[in-house]
Amino acid sequence: MSTEALTPTSYIHHHLSFLTRQVGDGGFWVLNVDSLLTAIFLGVIGFGFLWWVVRGATAGVPNKRQAFVELAIEFVDDQAKAIFHGERHKFVAPLALTVFVWVLLMNAMDFLPIDIMELFYRYVLGQHNWRGVPTADINTTFALALSVWILMIYFSIKVKGLGGWIHELFCTPFGSNPLLWIFNLLFNLVEYISKPLSHALRLYGNMYAGEIIFMLLGMWAATGVTGVIFGAILGVGWSIFHILIVALQAFIFMMLTIVYISMAHESH
Amino acid sequence: MNINLTLISQAIAFAVFIGFTAKFVWPQMLTAITERQKKIEEGLAAAERSKHDLELAQHRSTDTLREAREKSTEMIGGAERQAAHIIEDARAEAVRIVNQARIAAEGEAEVAAQRARESLRDQVAQLAVAGAEKILRREVNPQVHAELLASLKSEL
Repeated sequence: MSTEALTPTSYIHHHLSFLTRQVGDGGFWVLNVDSLLTAIFLGVIGFGFLWWVVRGATAGVPNKRQAFVELAIEFVDDQAKAIFHGERHKFVAPLALTVFVWVLLMNAMDFLPIDIMELFYRYVLGQHNWRGVPTADINTTFALALSVWILMIYFSIKVKGLGGWIHELFCTPFGSNPLLWIFNLLFNLVEYISKPLSHALRLYGNMYAGEIIFMLLGMWAATGVTGVIFGAILGVGWSIFHILIVALQAFIFMMLTIVYISMAHESH
Repeated sequence: MNINLTLISQAIAFAVFIGFTAKFVWPQMLTAITERQKKIEEGLAAAERSKHDLELAQHRSTDTLREAREKSTEMIGGAERQAAHIIEDARAEAVRIVNQARIAAEGEAEVAAQRARESLRDQVAQLAVAGAEKILRREVNPQVHAELLASLKSEL
């Protein structure tokens, strides 16, 4: 970036460029190293912390650390209990906890000031391009949403049997009349396609938009003193609002995960 | 925004994290929480139980106290009755003893009077005999006149 002239276009383009590595021929065989490493790093930190706390968990009076983790776990468990009717402790509730903690941490990367982190990425990690918010990468959100989607189909078939699942594809929601089969199938296909799309794009869109707003404010700050003042004030405002968005999107992503999995368990 | 291999690698990371959470984080925490809930439940039940016990003990102590009070009242009543009875008896006994003593004294007095009367009679008889001797100016044989004297004595 230092070699080329800094224009708004190059600034935005720079911040939206992934650190990529080509691992094979074709457009698909590319790894976004920054998203992947940040996500894994946050996951290791987050779940490592939970594991560390849980390993020393006592049934007696909990310390503050344990109380905090218990709070998070009971919060997730309450949601799971309200939506999912069945044995939730084996899979659904841990899944929801994983989604919530991981997505929350990945979203929270957006709190880090984009141009200061740029210095860290460049001088500490030695990387020219590095995007710090994994959930602003559509690959991450689709990875989560499609994993949930596969689990949804898996549980659907597991609970209802393959025949039951296919029967449901053709005979719900309008009825089992053969004339309606095609409509039922179309309806269900739309549902099966729209679920992961809305699931992934909602999170991606919110986080991507949040990043863009920060970049625009940063660009404004580059225009002069007025820009710096208003950019800073609006930046604070947007950051505070973003706290809500970060937590809310993580919560929504978790809730939709539970809802989809529990819908797969229920017959129409 | 291209879909690429990142998707699959992130999905694998996701699966690993789910597995980790489901195996190492959730069950342990759940065990601790459930155990604590049970403990709290037991504690509450124990508190309830001891409250109940306390209530029972209070009832019991009230009962015992009342019983003791009743018993003591009864005992005092009995003692009073007994005391009254004893006094009554003592009084009757005293009356009886006094009466007996009076009767004995009266009897003794009667006997003494009788004796005094007897001796008086003797003396009167002797005096009468002595007087008669003096009157008659001669020896009177007491053996001859003993019969006469005896009849005289009995008439006195």
